[in-house]
Amino acid sequence: MVKSESAIQTEENTVVRMAGIVKRFPGVLANDHVDFELKRGEIHALLGENGAGKSTLMNILAGLYRPDEGEIIIRGEVENFSSPRDAINAGIGMVHQHFMLVPSQTVTENVLLGLDEPRFFMRLKEYDTKIASLSEQFGLKVDPKANIWQLSVGEQQRVEILKMLYRGAEVLIMDEPTAVLAPQEIKGLFEILRSMTEQGKSIIFISHKLNEVVEIADRISVLRRGKATANGLSSEGVTTKELARQMVGREVIFRLEKQASNPGDIVLDVRKVFAENDKGLSALSGLSLQVRAGEIVGVAGVAGNGQRELAQLISGLRNCAQGEILLHNEKISNRSTLYGIEQGMAYVPEDRTQVGSAPNLSVTDNVIMKTYRQPPISRGGLLDMSQANRFAEELKLAYDIIVPTVDTPVRLLSGGNLQRVILAREISGRPDFMVAVQPTRGLDVGAIEGVHRLLLAQRDEGAGVLLVSEELEELFALSDRIYVIYEGKIMGEVNIGLEEPSDQVVDMIGLMMTGTPMEKIGEGL
Amino acid sequence: MRILSLSRLYRIKLEPRLKEPPGWYPPLVSFGAIVIALVFGGILIAFVGGNPFLSYAHIARASFGSIGVISDTLVKATPILMTSLACAIAFRMKLWNIGAEGQFIMGGFGAAAVVLTPILPPETPGWLFVPVMMAFGMAAGALWGFMPGFLKARFNVNEIISSLMLNYIAIAWINFWIFGVWSEGGFQMSPKFPKAAWLPRLLDFSDTIPLFRGLTTHTGMLIGIMAAVLLWLVVYRSRWGYEIRLIGDNPRAAQYAGINISRNTILVMMLSGMLAGLGGMTEVSGVVHRLQTSPLAAGYGFTGIIVAWLSKLHPLVIILVSILFGALLLAGREIQPSGIPKMIQGIILVCLIASDFLLRYQIRVSRAGVEA
Repeated sequence: MVKSESAIQTEENTVVRMAGIVKRFPGVLANDHVDFELKRGEIHALLGENGAGKSTLMNILAGLYRPDEGEIIIRGEVENFSSPRDAINAGIGMVHQHFMLVPSQTVTENVLLGLDEPRFFMRLKEYDTKIASLSEQFGLKVDPKANIWQLSVGEQQRVEILKMLYRGAEVLIMDEPTAVLAPQEIKGLFEILRSMTEQGKSIIFISHKLNEVVEIADRISVLRRGKATANGLSSEGVTTKELARQMVGREVIFRLEKQASNPGDIVLDVRKVFAENDKGLSALSGLSLQVRAGEIVGVAGVAGNGQRELAQLISGLRNCAQGEILLHNEKISNRSTLYGIEQGMAYVPEDRTQVGSAPNLSVTDNVIMKTYRQPPISRGGLLDMSQANRFAEELKLAYDIIVPTVDTPVRLLSGGNLQRVILAREISGRPDFMVAVQPTRGLDVGAIEGVHRLLLAQRDEGAGVLLVSEELEELFALSDRIYVIYEGKIMGEVNIGLEEPSDQVVDMIGLMMTGTPMEKIGEGL
Repeated sequence: MRILSLSRLYRIKLEPRLKEPPGWYPPLVSFGAIVIALVFGGILIAFVGGNPFLSYAHIARASFGSIGVISDTLVKATPILMTSLACAIAFRMKLWNIGAEGQFIMGGFGAAAVVLTPILPPETPGWLFVPVMMAFGMAAGALWGFMPGFLKARFNVNEIISSLMLNYIAIAWINFWIFGVWSEGGFQMSPKFPKAAWLPRLLDFSDTIPLFRGLTTHTGMLIGIMAAVLLWLVVYRSRWGYEIRLIGDNPRAAQYAGINISRNTILVMMLSGMLAGLGGMTEVSGVVHRLQTSPLAAGYGFTGIIVAWLSKLHPLVIILVSILFGALLLAGREIQPSGIPKMIQGIILVCLIASDFLLRYQIRVSRAGVEA
């Protein structure tokens, strides 16, 4: 094949080329003939929804998976990685979303972990200075002598980056690096990424957040359902709207037909609550909000601003230090979880597998979690299993749970199906109040739509729903009102009509999410 | 997950099972594991100069060969059955009760205390003696289960350590009584109990049914089977059992479902102790007929851990496995006091535990180059 001069030119600049990559998992085609190309010194964003195949593609590049078909060419050489070690030897390092650090050890020890040098004596002092100079070179501010547990999430991420740089990585794969970071930390990360590319490193930036991608990336590739829908698009002049279309395949990220809401009495009244998080730090400071019957109230905010604690407080899994929460004018805060359940509260927790279900128990056992105490399932101290199974069969039909039998353990269910099990359980109790935290996280588009319909149906039947989500689109599609939470406080409240919210409203919410109270925005405008 | 390339031609892959295997598969795998274990055991026997076939035939005869030895097997199986049930219910909630041994011993002590204190006079009739001894045995076992349960629930003390330590305290405790207070003429054992304090044995009925002559199987086995059935009912058909299973599988989900974990920790540890204590009572009242350390502290509590695990914590399966272990204990002693029989037990155990792997993974062999 004769190549034109420019083609050879680009070939030289190309650090990584992946051609025709196919990867199958049992039942899923994760990558379907995907091409990908990374140039020296660029930040290349890999965009796609959850489950689009981004992580799979990058895990192949990092040597964690082997492709079923296709080839990987690193600086002109065909490579065949059989382990991450091979990949790092070829200069490719991955920073995973979940850090792989030893909390009780220092930064230096973590960086050196698994290396051949030093051989026996650690000679930590010597390596401390080495790592300090490396971190200075790239602006990765972190104390080499600090223990990992003492570091913030952002600092831990820098240690992960250091680990890869120390191993000689020329290409850094960052798997959703901003998901765990606060806004100011994101800014810091972007500076670090730029300083690395200036020094000749190349970066693959995996994300599903459009705004970030447009801000940081030089070029963008988009994956949808295992296929590349855009390859190396220049980020200049590209709009988030266009990217969104590439990502989900339609212009608007689906809007359901929604009737006007008809709010009734106040169901939930959160009055100036203060609470701490698991680490004993302040998570909620004087937060108040109300939910009325027949409306969906959204809580918008960047993850980690107290949303989780708020939901736990309402559901009785956490106690508050000050303030109180009323459900139908009855105090429910600092009482048992059982009390809330008995008062008719439903709770769809953020974590489907860790909190919302018992993985090795059957579908039946999982759907009776909230109702096993009442007849007809409970008879005296005994459980009527035939009633329980009948109940499970009914829910299976009514909520389209795809499962061979109701005796199947729920760990074998897909994410969307498991979420339907949980929603079926929570909704079937006909609650008049419901908390739903990130109910669509990790689900595919079809499943998301199903979940949204169920939530709207709840509202139309007169239940109050508190919806906590990080997806603004989701909040806009479902909510009647949105509260914006920041560092455990409500920054402001916005009414959402049936129309698509104007750009002005979106900007306002964005400002509140980053810590500007509503009153201040009003002054500025 | 690819573990090894056998050759350039074939490739063996291990894949996690995405579907439940069919119902006949797990028993078949267990059976296969036992066969393989017996083959290994046979090699071992041949290696030390024995004839594996004769040895196995001897083991079979010594444990199931006649009605007499079957009866002896059941006698051995009874304490194992009780301690296994005790372990199973605690393990179901992922409470690692290593203290069935101590709870068993304390059960024996509680039962003996009724006779020796005496709480009931020696002329008490059997219909009153036995139930009161059972109640005291279970109470003493429950107390021994309560302590680690309470410490775990209240102060998050590791129950493995606390229940293990209580085993030694239990042994020291009964030693104190039989060496001193209740010693029979300076011997390290208590005086024999009056007949009314004995659990009825089959031989007691040999007047009417001559077949039962000399059979020492006592009511304990029946009590144990009843306990197993009851336990099955509790675990799979009761509200409480549902809560236990839920906590065992995912404590955070249980909390979210409004279940009080601390209370259940204490209650389940007490139930576990109670079952082990009942085992101690039946051993004292059905076999030993006096309080004595060595037949009580014979390691039944630890065997119970193994049996419970092998039975996948299923109460009804435990009945079967306990009888098999009773047979192994009995026949093992028949061919050699220690050594080879224990090794065979160990091999069976390792094979059964290893076979579990096949339930969670499936092996796929494919031609190299042809990706499955």
